[in-house]
Amino acid sequence: MEPWLLILIIGIVLVVGVVAFVVVPRRGRGPADEPPPRPVDRDAQSPVPEGSLLVEDVPETVAEPDAVPTSAEPDAAPQAVRPRLRDRLAKARSTVTGYLASVVGRGGIDQPTWDELEEALIRADVGATLTSEILDGVRAQVDAEGISDPEELLAVLRADLTARLEMADRTLHPLGDGTDVWLLVGVNGVGKTTTVGKLGARFAGEGHDVVMVAGDTFRAAAAEQLEMWADRCGARFVRGAEGADPSSVVFDGIEAGVAKNADLVLADTAGRLHNKSNLMDELRKVRRVADKAPGNVTEVLLVLDATTGQNGLSQARVFTEATDVTGVVLTKLDGSAKGGIVLAIQSELGIPVKLVGLGESAEDLIDFEPAEFVEALLDVGDDA
Amino acid sequence: MFESLSDRFDGIFKRLRGHGRLGEAEVDEVLGEIRLALLEADVNFVVVRELLDRIRARCVGAELHQALNPAQQVIDIVHSELIAILGGEALKITYASQPPTVVLMAGLQGSGKTTTSAKLARWFKSQGRNPLLVGADLQRPAAVAQLRTLAAQVGVPVYSAPDDVIASGVGDPVAVAAGAIDEARRLGRDVVIVDTAGRLSIDAELMKQVQRIEEVTRPHYSFLVVDAMTGQDAVTTAENFDRSLRLDAVILTKLDGDARGGAALSVKEVVGKPIAFASTGEKLADFDRFHPDRLAGRILGHGDVLTLIEKAKDAFDEAEAEAAAARLMEGTFTLEDFLEQMQQVKKMGPIGGLVGMLPGVPKELRNAEIDDREVARLEAMIRSMTPAERRDPGMIDGSRRLRIANGSGATTAEVNQLLRQFTEVQRMMKRFGIGAGGKRKKKGRKSKGSGRTTPSGTSAAHVGGGRKPELRLPGLN
Repeated sequence: MEPWLLILIIGIVLVVGVVAFVVVPRRGRGPADEPPPRPVDRDAQSPVPEGSLLVEDVPETVAEPDAVPTSAEPDAAPQAVRPRLRDRLAKARSTVTGYLASVVGRGGIDQPTWDELEEALIRADVGATLTSEILDGVRAQVDAEGISDPEELLAVLRADLTARLEMADRTLHPLGDGTDVWLLVGVNGVGKTTTVGKLGARFAGEGHDVVMVAGDTFRAAAAEQLEMWADRCGARFVRGAEGADPSSVVFDGIEAGVAKNADLVLADTAGRLHNKSNLMDELRKVRRVADKAPGNVTEVLLVLDATTGQNGLSQARVFTEATDVTGVVLTKLDGSAKGGIVLAIQSELGIPVKLVGLGESAEDLIDFEPAEFVEALLDVGDDA
Repeated sequence: MFESLSDRFDGIFKRLRGHGRLGEAEVDEVLGEIRLALLEADVNFVVVRELLDRIRARCVGAELHQALNPAQQVIDIVHSELIAILGGEALKITYASQPPTVVLMAGLQGSGKTTTSAKLARWFKSQGRNPLLVGADLQRPAAVAQLRTLAAQVGVPVYSAPDDVIASGVGDPVAVAAGAIDEARRLGRDVVIVDTAGRLSIDAELMKQVQRIEEVTRPHYSFLVVDAMTGQDAVTTAENFDRSLRLDAVILTKLDGDARGGAALSVKEVVGKPIAFASTGEKLADFDRFHPDRLAGRILGHGDVLTLIEKAKDAFDEAEAEAAAARLMEGTFTLEDFLEQMQQVKKMGPIGGLVGMLPGVPKELRNAEIDDREVARLEAMIRSMTPAERRDPGMIDGSRRLRIANGSGATTAEVNQLLRQFTEVQRMMKRFGIGAGGKRKKKGRKSKGSGRTTPSGTSAAHVGGGRKPELRLPGLN
């Protein structure tokens, strides 16, 4: 290694050190240091020429529920959808070994029982710390009630987990009289665009007037992807130019939705890693601008991939801090991943899971059911 | 809260110091901490268990009893075991004698296959090859459109199904892949990168489809694209894909997040496939061969000095940096130099990211997100000083301070703080420069490592104890 490089690094240490030493204590002094929200001056900020904004109206006939290419009939949808979580999860379940079969088979509760429970929870991405907290609580209850049957122990554990997930209101904000605005946020590749498409299909299928806004102006062809969803389900579609300021696109989308008296505006945003402060600032601005637009922002949904590990917690923390997340959409739960990190997110941040994604078609986005989720998490079939 | 592995090791280290000998109870306690730390970094449960068994065996074995510094020894054992897991040579890409060399990209939805395909094409191009990208993801709406846009940016042609077939959503990816090989021969393209649709490893039908793509294309390399943020499931996924595809290596994406990448380490250990490439940013250039030892350092929280040096090489002017560093050592480093250095450091990327790469940074600093806007505020303060003031901050009195504060939109207290910290660090560096004497290069290295993992007991004792608290003090006052 070149000697000057070593010395240079010391220089960097110095620069970084001084910066850090000055900045960090200053930060500690409280909210006064928060940068004041910048006034939103749309004309000045929007680099998108007005002409480049496309508002594509879909012929009214397409918006009719029976013209929707998916089989989801408005009335039949809830009944047809319900058993699916169980079914789809069962498929995932059958491919992995049941950790807990031996727990039940053992006949009593001993240390290996607890070890296996711990392993099951950790392997489901619940996290080591929360797992010991949960098991300590269950162990206390088991001791207090003198439980010796492993089946009963599992019931206690299941009840504990379910109760944790049921603590907050999981229902989606009902669509009001005006134009409701939902914002979808999350890191790259979790399925935000797909979720916007599925949500749009669901509400358009129920007869609502839906506008999809392609707020992801960064990823190549993200708008095209969303447009295909909009075409398929007969929603309106608003986009800006590639590389346009997402805030302005979202604002225009909401404005267009309100002008057409739409029931729901679904705004997609570009995926961003939560440790990129400039991108999180951009998202903060999207949120601020959406609040200033004429509609009401009633949901900010954090889309989270079920395969996400412990990093999900820090994703949830940072996105909530930036945009006031109202709920989590847990996608790709039809794979072998269990999505246990949502337990930690719920426990630590109080953000409930509202929706679950179980596949690629429009009807695969369903309401979250804590009990069924817990059952799948613990990997115990009905017949166990 | 989320503690990084290194923070935990810090804690373990502190507790161990002072123990002349480690009994089994202490070792168990330490192993418990290590276990928790590894699990929180998403290292697979099974891997953690095996790793701990190995570490335990070495700790209670003869190795530890002879150690002068048992605590240090434990850390070294952990380190070497982690390196052993990650280690091995980086995958060497060889090219088929009968072109084209076929590369198959597979993975779960959203792991980043399409972007990575384009990045890989760019990499092959930089190696003097002529890649052809193949859009065999006919499932996700607009996936081929995304690939085309990215391919245009890197100047690589795309082969896929005709537009009307793509739009219909019923195209046959196997046929596209097969056609692509012929097309590559016709166009004289020597590398073919096949981007496939994202699929769940438990979806038998789609796994069969990717298997058929493999049969018709006979890839020389099958890469599994894995998101660095993946949790415990990474291993299951990799095993399932390996069963269908006979993977050659893994490409790790989104490594620029704050996930610690334990999943990657697990895949390497369980499935035995090396990590060939890593993607570290949204730009198409943010992609390179993977260096296993660097990730080990990152997982352990030692920072990533090598990457830092590479970035520095790109951003800095050598002669200038050398001169500044010399002044730094002599203690004649001024605010002017500081401003100059700051401009160069800024070129290396967000300051917060750089702090993460520095080894031995106290966790209060590492965990604090440093916003580049705040850096700009510091810059504004320095720029509001006259050149004379920058050279000799001592001359700044009350009225100058007020002028500087007004000029930069800061308060006088903030100006004060900047001056105080700068003097403090300047004094520290000066003493450090003199104290290091002839061996200053070597010592310089040690000081930033803060001695936590230096293999030899003596230097660890020398540097680890004394230097760091000093570094920490000014920030905490």
